[in-house]
Amino acid sequence: MIPIVYNVRSVVQRPVSTALTALGVGLVVAVFIGMLALANGFRAALARTGSETNAMVLRKGADSELSSGLGRDVASIIAADPHVATGSDGRPLVSPEVYVLIPLAKSFDTTQIANVVVRGISDQAWQVRQNVKITAGQRPTSGRAEVCVGSRLTQRFPHTVIGQTLRFGGRDWSVVCNFTAAGSAFESEIWGENEQFMPVFRGEVFQSITFRLKDPAAFEEAQRALQDDKRMTVDVRRESDFYAQQSQLLSNILSFLAVMITGIMAVGAVFGAINTMYAAIASRAPEIGVLLTLGFKPWTVLVSFLAESAFIALIGGFLGCLFALPLNGIVTSTTNWSSFSEIAFSFRVTPLLLLVGVAFAVVMGIVGGFFPALRAARLQVVQALR
Amino acid sequence: MKYLRLVVANLGRHKLRTVLTILSVALALFLFASLRSVVTTLAATAQFGGARRLVTLNATGLVFPLPLAYGNRIKALPGVTGLSWANWFGGRYGDGNTFFANFAVDPESYLAIYPEIVLPADQKQAFFQDRTGALIGERLISRYGWKLGQNVTLQGTIFPGDWTFTIRGVYTPTDPAIGDDVLIFHHEYFDERIGRAGIAGWYIVEIDDASHAAAIAKSIDDVFRNSSSPTKTGTEREFQASFATMWGNVSFLMSTIGLAVVFAILLVTANAMMMSARERTGEIAVLKTIGFSDRLLFGLVMVEAGALALTGAVLGLGAAKLLYPAINFNGAGFLPGFKVTTSTLVVGLLVALGLMLASGLVPALRAARLPVVQALRKVE
Amino acid sequence: MALVEIRDVHKSFQREEQRIEVFTGLTLDIDAGSFTALMGPSGSGKSTLLNLVAGLDRPTRGVVRVGGAEVSTMSASQLAAWRARNIGFVFQSFNLLPVLTAYQNVELPLLLTNLSGKDRVERVKIALDVVGLSDRADHYPRQLSGGQEQRTAIARAIVADPTLILLDEPTGQLDAKSSQEVLSLLQRLNNEFNKTIIIVTHDAHAAERAKSTLHLEKGDLIEKRAVAAAR
Repeated sequence: MIPIVYNVRSVVQRPVSTALTALGVGLVVAVFIGMLALANGFRAALARTGSETNAMVLRKGADSELSSGLGRDVASIIAADPHVATGSDGRPLVSPEVYVLIPLAKSFDTTQIANVVVRGISDQAWQVRQNVKITAGQRPTSGRAEVCVGSRLTQRFPHTVIGQTLRFGGRDWSVVCNFTAAGSAFESEIWGENEQFMPVFRGEVFQSITFRLKDPAAFEEAQRALQDDKRMTVDVRRESDFYAQQSQLLSNILSFLAVMITGIMAVGAVFGAINTMYAAIASRAPEIGVLLTLGFKPWTVLVSFLAESAFIALIGGFLGCLFALPLNGIVTSTTNWSSFSEIAFSFRVTPLLLLVGVAFAVVMGIVGGFFPALRAARLQVVQALR
Repeated sequence: MKYLRLVVANLGRHKLRTVLTILSVALALFLFASLRSVVTTLAATAQFGGARRLVTLNATGLVFPLPLAYGNRIKALPGVTGLSWANWFGGRYGDGNTFFANFAVDPESYLAIYPEIVLPADQKQAFFQDRTGALIGERLISRYGWKLGQNVTLQGTIFPGDWTFTIRGVYTPTDPAIGDDVLIFHHEYFDERIGRAGIAGWYIVEIDDASHAAAIAKSIDDVFRNSSSPTKTGTEREFQASFATMWGNVSFLMSTIGLAVVFAILLVTANAMMMSARERTGEIAVLKTIGFSDRLLFGLVMVEAGALALTGAVLGLGAAKLLYPAINFNGAGFLPGFKVTTSTLVVGLLVALGLMLASGLVPALRAARLPVVQALRKVE
Repeated sequence: MALVEIRDVHKSFQREEQRIEVFTGLTLDIDAGSFTALMGPSGSGKSTLLNLVAGLDRPTRGVVRVGGAEVSTMSASQLAAWRARNIGFVFQSFNLLPVLTAYQNVELPLLLTNLSGKDRVERVKIALDVVGLSDRADHYPRQLSGGQEQRTAIARAIVADPTLILLDEPTGQLDAKSSQEVLSLLQRLNNEFNKTIIIVTHDAHAAERAKSTLHLEKGDLIEKRAVAAAR
């Protein structure tokens, strides 16, 4: 086998050409990682929103909380159901919730309106949803016009910090606490007491009922029991499944865009690699002739040049990772068209993604280097040494 | 020009390299034009809407309805020349994996207030007369293969149950602001089935003069300010614009990617140019000996770079300009009226020009400054 | 009458740490219509002298005059224009642009003039005719033999009707037969068309064909021997 140091030294000897090719590959990898990190972050935010141990009840046929409506009677039936877990205080871990969207103007540009989720919860909600933590202030007191604002809203919307007053639905609401929810969609919501919200918004209906499963493994049984119950017409889903489904549309769009855009850029980068390698081989024909004369077999020449092309691309891959890493954690927001609500999430660059990016780079290098390497391998000694 | 043959011959030296480089430039400019068109289309949607139409929503949020009784009070206000209303239905068709807007309207007033909805008179009449009839936008015909007179069933999501309509008319919008993939049906039928009459999702108010918009909007909101459902009225354009902003940072994202793409092609082209230049030092020396001046050689190299960039630009920009109308692309409804604007083409050409300069400059300078004697020594 | 006047020319190069003196006060004349062979061991400065005459290089001191024009003090762009009109240069190898046909290669110097397309066609045809390659006009250099390549280069060198033709080891890479062809052509150019020719060469046969020989050794003119013109 031709020693790899030959390729490494050759690459180093044409620094500008190598740098340009590697940079091109690097940019493609960076965009690739960036876009997938965006899709990742969005999906993660929604995935973390739902828990496998919880189940969510909506009216039958509703495709989102927004279009659902459940009466108080349904809430009572569910609360009494044996599949529902009980808390340490003996009360069922059930939260019937009101779900509405209100238009809020963004802090930095008040002409930009976002539809923000306002969720009316029962006080059980804080237990039912395990990943929710109050970071400042106290829970809203029952009976008062108080709200708790998710942490992702505080920077982007005015009047959302403790002590301030938010106005919506024709009333003033005091902000008494802020909460985090492990980066999930809940962090982009405003929570308050469901009984307070009902008269202001939709009247005597809840939009959803979320409860903790007594036995998470027995979800199907609980689902069947509730859906077959003739006193109500409901759909029951695992909370995690529900939110996963909500994220599908937008994350599909993002993934599609990622693949399309980076696909096209990748073709360009491959062309660049092809050009570089052909030129390299053309200028090194005499060297190849010498190698062949010395007794190295043609296929080792092929492998050698493939390796060289892959090596340059690998450098590009690392560069791309370097460019993309700073994106990690940057918060962005958009409207989740499935639920019509504003959601904030951050780019999520995972080690797996970086690995995939580097692998992608190497593939580009191999694809680009293949035909040039083939030509190098097919070089006749006499031609090469002329 | 008499030197053209020399430039062309040089480009033909490595046909593969030239073709690959041109294709790279073309691909990248295609991508660039596509991305920029997303940005321009979104910006354009913020311009949609009739200047003489206002939209009245529930101030609490657009998901909340308004009482139908408001209609007469709005109509009575000075400056109001027309009124209609609609209700978002949100029905799902088939497996629900494709989406189109559908809502319940008051047929006569709605079609009157939206003259941009154009359809044959007989179909219009058929629609008016059939309470369970529906009007669909022409794109739905091509998407689902529906026919006039066919029954279509939607699954209600907000208003549960199976809702069946008969297609009575197919409309063509004369303005991209009006979606060509919407299904509208009778409000009367809607009211009947939900059993709860008297709600309107939003009102569309036609006014006498666009300059009165702000004043009339305020007067409408004033009427209902202290009622149970206060209103928020704005021009149709503002209403559309607010949808555009719901995309959040998408425009910024597209622009950033566009930049990355341009940079990447720059590198590819620059690389190709430099490779060519390096191989030709001997020839350049010979040309200089013959008497080609430094300036002439500089120009020739630049023209070569320009030829690559321009050919790629024409291919890539041209493809973008022609492709999207040919496939009637509208981003699954999110990008209505998607097209590559003249400004995008101009910017694309400027990018190509910049490309030419950036990738050709160094090789051109090298050629101009090549010290003949040293180069000749290498040649011999 | 002297076409080329070299007066007290000094030329030195800086290579790495060393300063190499090629000429230290060289003075010589070359007459119009002459056919001169420049000979000498390598490093004697033959090619350098040729470059000075062509205006490709500048002496560190002294004057080089060709046809009355003071080449040693002209600017780069002036020299380029001057070379186009007055000099035909033939190298040992790599003369021709591989991407152009023989015809197009010969045409190159004419692109620098104001001649019309029609005039250019005529001139190129004449030049190719003189070197005997009219039938090869559309061939690319890779389709020509070594000798044919050099003859094409000579055609290019004369197409603009220059006063002076300079050749640097033109037969260095050719076989005996091709060398003969090229040298006969040069003689013809000198005898029939009265072109002034300076040829740098190692080849004694080539020197024999010239009318006079200059020997350079370490930058100094050793002797000037006249060879009988008639052959």
